[in-house]
Amino acid sequence: MMNPQDEILKKFQTVSENPHEYARSIKEQTGKKIIGFFCSYTPEELLQAAGVVPFRLFGTARDIELAESHLQSYCCSLVRGGLEDALRGRLDFMEGTVFPHTCDSIQRLSDIWRLNAGFDVHIDAVMPVKLNTPSARKYMVDVLAGVRKDLEKSLNITITDHAISESIELYNRIRSSLLSLYRMRSRKPAVIPQSAVYHTMKAAMVMDRAEFAKDLEALVASLEKLPVKDVETVRKRIMLSGGICNQPDIYKIIDKAGGEVVWDDLCTGLRYAAGFIEESNQPIEALANRYTRRIVCPAKHASITARGESLLAEVHKQKIDGVVFLHLKFCDPHAFDYPYLKDFLGRENVPSMLLEIEEQAPPEGQLRTRFETFIDML
Amino acid sequence: MSDMNKKTVDPGKDNRKIKSVSRMKEIMTHYYIDAKTARESGKKVAWITSGGPVEPLIAMDVIPVYPENHGAMVGASKMGVDLCQKAEEMGYSSDLCSYARADIACAATQGGPIGGLPEPDFLVCCNNICGTVLKWYEVAARYYKVPLFILDTPFIHREMRKEAQQYVMSQIEEYIAFLEAQCGRKMDYDRMTDVGRLAVEGLRLWQAVLDTAAHKPSPITAFDLFFHLGLIVTLRGTQVTVDYYQGLLDEMNERIANNIAMVPGEKYRLLWDNLPVWYKTRWLSDKFASHKACLVADTYTSAWSGVLPLIDEDRFLETMSLSYSQVYINISHDMMIDKLSEMIRKYDADGLVMHSNRSCKPYSLGQYDLQKMVMEQLGIPTLIIEADMVDERHFAESQIETRIDAFMETLKS
Ligand code: SF4
Ligand code: SF4
Repeated sequence: MMNPQDEILKKFQTVSENPHEYARSIKEQTGKKIIGFFCSYTPEELLQAAGVVPFRLFGTARDIELAESHLQSYCCSLVRGGLEDALRGRLDFMEGTVFPHTCDSIQRLSDIWRLNAGFDVHIDAVMPVKLNTPSARKYMVDVLAGVRKDLEKSLNITITDHAISESIELYNRIRSSLLSLYRMRSRKPAVIPQSAVYHTMKAAMVMDRAEFAKDLEALVASLEKLPVKDVETVRKRIMLSGGICNQPDIYKIIDKAGGEVVWDDLCTGLRYAAGFIEESNQPIEALANRYTRRIVCPAKHASITARGESLLAEVHKQKIDGVVFLHLKFCDPHAFDYPYLKDFLGRENVPSMLLEIEEQAPPEGQLRTRFETFIDML
Repeated sequence: MSDMNKKTVDPGKDNRKIKSVSRMKEIMTHYYIDAKTARESGKKVAWITSGGPVEPLIAMDVIPVYPENHGAMVGASKMGVDLCQKAEEMGYSSDLCSYARADIACAATQGGPIGGLPEPDFLVCCNNICGTVLKWYEVAARYYKVPLFILDTPFIHREMRKEAQQYVMSQIEEYIAFLEAQCGRKMDYDRMTDVGRLAVEGLRLWQAVLDTAAHKPSPITAFDLFFHLGLIVTLRGTQVTVDYYQGLLDEMNERIANNIAMVPGEKYRLLWDNLPVWYKTRWLSDKFASHKACLVADTYTSAWSGVLPLIDEDRFLETMSLSYSQVYINISHDMMIDKLSEMIRKYDADGLVMHSNRSCKPYSLGQYDLQKMVMEQLGIPTLIIEADMVDERHFAESQIETRIDAFMETLKS
């Protein structure tokens, strides 16, 4: 018989490898509606409060055909791949989509999606781009209140403050367990393979959240009991930084090359898990506060050096030996930040490398050589 | 064809030269000299995005400098590839906007057509055109270590929501407070009112110039407009600009009276979408003219005056939040189609040429859908040219030539 932790991890991996299949089954079993989203600025807590399962879209790496007639080739694979999935009917289990405003490509995708993908529900959450002024915070609150209203209207339901508060509690549970998992992994990397953390993160963005919270808590509890020592290994401690990571193989290759991914600053990683929400009687304000305080994404503005500072702080705190920037090709916000982040690290002698991912990740052999060279240098 | 031949074939060439061109060059030269010597004359310099509200700067006697206008100069003087490559060596991806790349490289190397832009005292970034400018201005703010003001104009997918309007309105107040702090003095609101009036007058005259192209044959082409646009972007809200466009308008009306066509024997009238291909304007202009096709209007040069109906000149500051938020590129393409249809009708265009500009994702993504809408709703032929406004490495001349020829054949048949 499997250990409890192995069983849960296996479940997460299955979901992570076949999210669409999972979504279909959950819809069938529970009758819950499913709403898709692309970005960690989506107020999932409101979707959850609406009784909906929020479902993160990762795009497809498979051949782009239908999206070709809507999007030029100079557009990231997430946007093109996401549209391809929608146009091919692979997302037919979804009721619709919520689009928070982030980059120029997503901004245009939202309209192309609304006009072509044929879903019933389409909500634009045009959030502020700057997060560091009182008027922007007020506007953030207004936008979140607007999303709540839009959801109520399109699903023909009422979302009570109570439901939002419950949802916030649930998300706090999830996020604090995810953070425990990250911390545990950073302290004792041998406790769980990094690719398993990857699958856990992906499951976190897809699964029925109440079910996921229970599984995750059980996982963390049983991992904590494992007799793994705090051994210092000779392996190099790596941090990933970038947007979305949809490449489980990368962890395996870094592992084989002698590196240990112990921390990240990814949209599908710590940026998703970070940020506790106050459990107050003003839930919408509390949600806005999380967004204005959380580690910032490059498509938003907190200050001109906010990202550099938080990256460096984590590098020191987690004793990182080297940073791997993981960018999707044609992603403007990340590409603009790269030179200064690299410079910030360089000034403190922290080596970094950039891996740009096109529609597909580079072939394994090439990846291995690049990672080996980088890790040897550390 | 030799020069001799050209003269005999084209006796009207001198007639067609726009006389205002030299005046424009004069004004722009003075403007750049003023900007470059601002330190000596004790004036402040602000960098501002092309879609940003310049009027308060003018009212505060700050010299506005436009990196994008500079980017266009880089493109037109064919220095784009070299500068873009320099930025790439600095670590900036070759997929980023070529205005930003060229400008970042100019700052670092004091290169480019005018030896780099004058250094800013502060930066004003309005994201009504794109998210690129936010990142680009963050780069500039770190490089020059100067304050950055961000005017955040939420994108409009279907309608401008009330809360967005309030948000922009409160930022206009913050903007003025920021300027007062930077300049160390209060805004003179009477002056601001005058500047607002001049801005509106300039915009009206510019729109009137654009409208002359509705006449058949058109006295002007979009390629000329790309050049004459300079002042409405950079010096909106000044008397110089008003006088200049009055002169240009008079000149165009005179041409209409004398029936002077910018494209001799004009037979086809086309609309252009997106930014110009700066390093190829001449080539493209000749190419279309050789088919007797005139580019009578475009979505780019009309973007500034396109919001005129939203501005109340007596309440300029209050109406600014509406007008600056609703510029052509800050709205969804199902909202764009209305404007595009209106233009196609107004200028009686026979076809639409779209520049799919890999530098400018917010302008270009969605063009394929827009193209379909134009064909279905208006039944006119369209052509898409894949290129870049400054980075010449993305211009496949022979391929584009073939496509233009083929497109013109379908128009003719
Ligand atoms: S990866 Fe970059 S370009 Fe693509 S959707 Fe995300 S932020 Fe936008
Ligand atoms: S060309 Fe496009 S992306 Fe570049 S600054 Fe202008 S609007 Fe922004």
